[in-house]
Amino acid sequence: MGQSVALRRTPLHALHVSMGAKMVDFGGWDMPVQYSSLVEEHHAVRKAVGLFDVSHMGEIEIRGPEAVRLADYVTTNAASRLHIGQAQYSGLLYEHGGFVDDILVHKVSDDHFFLCVNAANQEKDFEHIRAANKFDAQVEFASDRYAQIAVQGPLALRTLERLTPVELGSIGYYWFKDGTVSGAPARIARTGYTGEDGFEIYVAPAEAPRIWNELLEAGREFGIKPCGLGARNTLRLEAKMALYGHEIHASITPYEADLGWMVKLDKGEFIGRAALAKQKEHGVRRKLIGFEMRGRGIGRDGYEVRLDGLAAGWVTSGSPAPSLNRNIGLCYLPAGEARLGRAIQVMVRCQPVDAETVNTPFYKRAKTA
Amino acid sequence: MSYPEDLRYTKEHEWVRTEGDIGTIGITDHAQKELGDIVYVDLPKIGALIEQGKSLGSVESVKAVSDIYSPVSGEIVEVNESLAQAPEKLNQDPHGAAWLVKVRMSAPDEVKKLLSAADYQAYVGAES
Repeated sequence: MGQSVALRRTPLHALHVSMGAKMVDFGGWDMPVQYSSLVEEHHAVRKAVGLFDVSHMGEIEIRGPEAVRLADYVTTNAASRLHIGQAQYSGLLYEHGGFVDDILVHKVSDDHFFLCVNAANQEKDFEHIRAANKFDAQVEFASDRYAQIAVQGPLALRTLERLTPVELGSIGYYWFKDGTVSGAPARIARTGYTGEDGFEIYVAPAEAPRIWNELLEAGREFGIKPCGLGARNTLRLEAKMALYGHEIHASITPYEADLGWMVKLDKGEFIGRAALAKQKEHGVRRKLIGFEMRGRGIGRDGYEVRLDGLAAGWVTSGSPAPSLNRNIGLCYLPAGEARLGRAIQVMVRCQPVDAETVNTPFYKRAKTA
Repeated sequence: MSYPEDLRYTKEHEWVRTEGDIGTIGITDHAQKELGDIVYVDLPKIGALIEQGKSLGSVESVKAVSDIYSPVSGEIVEVNESLAQAPEKLNQDPHGAAWLVKVRMSAPDEVKKLLSAADYQAYVGAES
């Protein structure tokens, strides 16, 4: 495994290495894929609390009198309908309707929007937004100013509340508050990529190692575990959350990806709107749908999907689901065939293995009062 | 991790222990760590012929699937059936109870091409 190109590192890199995490190249970043056991980390998040370094994610800030107009123009969801302190999942699209990236848009104030974007896409996203900026607004590449730590799981709130005066219970799902964590200024968002309750915390990079350690200490009695990208992937897949480069990319539109809810055609002009309006009128040709393996085997990313023996689609993500004890996945099928209960075959190492399309999300957490 | 002296190793992270013309084959501790939580092991049937350096089956973890390359050539005489029900044994005891197959070697001299414990240790030390 020669390393010809220097991998990028988060402010927590040295801690991961010292804690014995297994590190991998993730889109050019040297990231922890697992600490102890992917499955144990997965269960810690479902049953208690887990800690993720997601500092590789990018941040972009949009400011100025027309910040909302720019945010609305470059995204599919209605940034203009956000309240201050609210966040939304959204898409950055090309004119043809394919994804530049999937992102989180946070409204900090009437003239300030804070975007969290995928690590491998951050420079591309920044250029895309800047090129589209015909408004009285400034676009700032802010990734160097933020580390990001995700505290996820049913005991995330009880862990984090020990380190912050912010009343966490008053932050609704997909809302955020600016306050402090361990005495350091922090943006605390009730968001996540696991299907559990939890928070994503944005802090200055220099503060991140101390906060990471204090969170591990605060969650110790709950059995908190540091978690790697391996568990992050199985958790998000069970919750059917899209991963850029898999479910979505430049050739996939939100309608195809079953993300029509993030498209607000009625909000006014935005990049990709014309292509999406046309697709909505004529219908999509392919559609993302969940499946479960029925035969012995795991359908993995990129494997061919067959219908009645003929190639018809491909797997975008597939894995054993630790919370379900089943082998699950997502795949693209011709829209007319993407219905529940359809028998499919996944080509697993050159052998067709039976599978069946199923309802998603595969896992949904029990709602608490 | 110290690698047992009585095994010989491949650069693809398999091992073989020889007694007479019988070779017992497994994957190394390094391999199980790289794979993580193992969920499936696919092994050949008794009587199957395998060839040094060729795939004899696969081992699959939550994260990934990986070929098992045979360290020696010969005929399968025994398969560790317990791994079908308990593949996680490979994470716990890869050099012992979680051996994969036993083979009647057709060319026992092939073992000489494999790495000693010290060489393998140096190899995985350098790789990671």
